[in-house]
Amino acid sequence: MAELATTPSQTVGPYLHIGLTWDDGPYVAPDGTPGAVWLRGQVFDGAGEVITDALVETWQADPDGRFDHPDDPRRSSGWRGFGRSDTRDGGYAIHTVLPGALPGQAPHIDVSVFARGLLHRVVTRVYFPEHTYVDDPVLASVPSERRDTLIATRTDDGYRFDVRIQGERETVFFDV
Amino acid sequence: MTTQEKLVGYRRDADSHPPLDSPGYGSTALRHPTQPLTLLPHRLTEITGPLLGPGRVGALDHDLTRQHAGEPIGQRIVVYGRVLDGDGRPIPDSLVEIWQANAGGRYRHTGDRWPSPLDPNFDGVGRTLTDADGRYEFVTIKPGAYPWRNHDNAWRPAHIHFSLFGRSFTQRLVTQMYFPDDPLFGQDPIFNSVPEHARSRLISRFDLDRTQPEWALAFEFDIVLRGRDATPLEQSHG
Repeated sequence: MAELATTPSQTVGPYLHIGLTWDDGPYVAPDGTPGAVWLRGQVFDGAGEVITDALVETWQADPDGRFDHPDDPRRSSGWRGFGRSDTRDGGYAIHTVLPGALPGQAPHIDVSVFARGLLHRVVTRVYFPEHTYVDDPVLASVPSERRDTLIATRTDDGYRFDVRIQGERETVFFDV
Repeated sequence: MTTQEKLVGYRRDADSHPPLDSPGYGSTALRHPTQPLTLLPHRLTEITGPLLGPGRVGALDHDLTRQHAGEPIGQRIVVYGRVLDGDGRPIPDSLVEIWQANAGGRYRHTGDRWPSPLDPNFDGVGRTLTDADGRYEFVTIKPGAYPWRNHDNAWRPAHIHFSLFGRSFTQRLVTQMYFPDDPLFGQDPIFNSVPEHARSRLISRFDLDRTQPEWALAFEFDIVLRGRDATPLEQSHG
């Protein structure tokens, strides 16, 4: 089969909200789900200013470490696993439950950040402070002095995970 | 428990995309990472992705000219195409989201201060699912160009924003579709941020055969998401 070249990425621009926000976007887990937490954070630019026109998307396994997807041999059923929240109020907020560990990997959430000025999404991962990471191959691949940019901190109602696009304590971003 | 999974990853395609640091587009200056990206081999989280079904799409979401009591002002167009992967395989049942300015180049967004009127009959937002052959179709009006403040007398070429999920986290793509022969291409740093050899992939094709006589013009825009690696990566999990 002939290989086709990928369509190039372009920025979401400043008006992404009209096209990419859903009322239930932040709710990976519905209101009232036992054990649910809020994952909250802010997105900062290279001057340390809060970015209020970003969109944060999350993708994660269910609490048993499974996805509702044909490529997951242990496929779950009915697990959305996906969240999206814009940052117009100064930060993003995702209502979810903690993912389970995956084979050989600590529990994590894959994150995409889109914004005006980002010509392509940037991708990072959220890990959780309760878990030990010695065996996680992705964390192990990150220089130790930057590893904490991938680890959320505990808050009253869940976790905080800030994204620093550029500059001091720049978040580790992945080439996926 | 030890499992041995054969994961088939996706081919990398960095040469298709704009560099995040694109000085001609001023907003990239403080919004691009300066540290090198860390290579992420594809594992289960990356080769799976949200399968967002029909519950996300209303009956008229694909027809942006029929979402209000009256018709929007502007040139009616059909925008259609296929969503394929890099091996030419159609991607079925996949959510496509679009948003755009109205015929005068104005978005229905509180942040858009360009003094061109809003159209009470046009929101500029559409959604649909691809069919079994990866096909999608929208009916809309041709968006106008609009000025922005990136550089002296800067104008964005007419464009429609597209958001695609494909079948995996890895295939997620947000892009912009342009129209053929736009005289504004030469001065637009967003369009020109794309490597020159890849720019034409962002331009739709006028299609006389798909016009609706005495009703609408038609533009074809195929979208290609990443294809899969030829061989599975053996990953041992203990």
